[in-house]
Amino acid sequence: MSAAVQLLVGTRKGAWIYRSDAERKTWSVQGPIFLGHIVNHLVLDPRDGKTLLMAASTGHLGPTIFRSTDGGETWAEAQQPPAFPKAPTNGEAPARAVDHSFWLEPGHASEPGVWWAGTSPPGLFRSADGGATWDSVAGFNDHPMYWNWCPADGGTPDGALLNQIQIDPRDAAHMYIATSTGGVFESRDQGASWAPLNQGVEANFMPDPYPEYGQDAHYIALAPTMPDRIWQQNHCGIYRLDRPGERWNRIGQAMPAEVGDIGFTIIPHPREADTAWVFPMDGTEVWPRTSPGGKPAVYRTRDAGANWERQDTGFPTQQGWFTVKRQAFCADQAAPLGLYLGATNGEVWMSDDEGGSWRTIAQHLPEIYSVVAAPL
Amino acid sequence: MVQVFIPSQLTSYTEGVSRLEAAGDSIARVLEDLDARFPGLKFRVVDEQDRIRRHMRIFRNGDRAQDLALAVGDHDEVLIFGALSGG
Repeated sequence: MSAAVQLLVGTRKGAWIYRSDAERKTWSVQGPIFLGHIVNHLVLDPRDGKTLLMAASTGHLGPTIFRSTDGGETWAEAQQPPAFPKAPTNGEAPARAVDHSFWLEPGHASEPGVWWAGTSPPGLFRSADGGATWDSVAGFNDHPMYWNWCPADGGTPDGALLNQIQIDPRDAAHMYIATSTGGVFESRDQGASWAPLNQGVEANFMPDPYPEYGQDAHYIALAPTMPDRIWQQNHCGIYRLDRPGERWNRIGQAMPAEVGDIGFTIIPHPREADTAWVFPMDGTEVWPRTSPGGKPAVYRTRDAGANWERQDTGFPTQQGWFTVKRQAFCADQAAPLGLYLGATNGEVWMSDDEGGSWRTIAQHLPEIYSVVAAPL
Repeated sequence: MVQVFIPSQLTSYTEGVSRLEAAGDSIARVLEDLDARFPGLKFRVVDEQDRIRRHMRIFRNGDRAQDLALAVGDHDEVLIFGALSGG
């Protein structure tokens, strides 16, 4: 069976698509696509295998969504990109405007054409027509607690984020979102209502270090073969939650102390529920957010976080200071599993042996924001 | 008709044209006319709260427009620019 894969790479200055041969040894490149545009996410619809959506903006222009159905050769702009409702003129609530769409999530397999988007400032949006028009999801965006969960002064250097959306593959109504200002939230009614899901997750920048909400959830992922298992890479460590449990377990405490358990992303194995990878970064003192010690590495657990093993073969052994942002680490579906990461220095790295060894397949790109692997 | 200058950032909407005419008696109406002819253009310049985006500038005859309600008349010139926005 062919392991051919395409990598959808979003960068600060445009998008590129890399396509492999059947053995993932050689790669061809298409791009730049929308050179100069800020591309936070480029995603293929797994339900039809052909629709690409791109979350784009530029330094000047407002945010939009571009859509392609021919492998990225031609693109059409969304007729109605994600946008907040017009604010009431009584001044009761700040007037929000989408600065950029950050995360694009294809809807449940039973809902072709449905997409979800997360934005900065934090907002949840839904499209029912394949990304052509988008509606504000009032259940979150107008929730009575919104301004507590997403304070206007919160957020990352690029703004506060609703940075992730995950849908239970068994139930289209069961959703999780991650935010940089309130942590993780859960909905069991397809976004109509939400509740915080942050017990046991540290927020060491708050007066109460274990608040009900206020955490910075960098990334969450459901274990594909065990969707009751949620992996989380948080601003304050690596966590795992097995539902119906409510309390997260800080599995990052088993990481080597000199490396720590700070990072942007965590990738579960698509077939092995106890296996996941992280790419640690330096979260000490002033938060350099670089590879700890200048020695990049991924760490893998194969026992649900009880133990972690370093995988650094092929990475620089010294003076390697890149890191990997939230959407820039992913796996394919092949066996052995391929892993891909896009670095802040514009390199795309891959492993075709489940993290055992790494090599670059692209260099000299702009700062990479997202890497998504899809079957070719 | 109002004379409009379209910056390079937006000429993908106007088939490469940077100078054109538009109808309207205010900046808002001019942008609406442009958006009707070049769908999507307005939202790249003005956000959903009708605020001119942070790195965009609009001028009427050399004076910077802070408000979309600013009146314009026949033969006025509306200049749209992309301002400095970082590296």
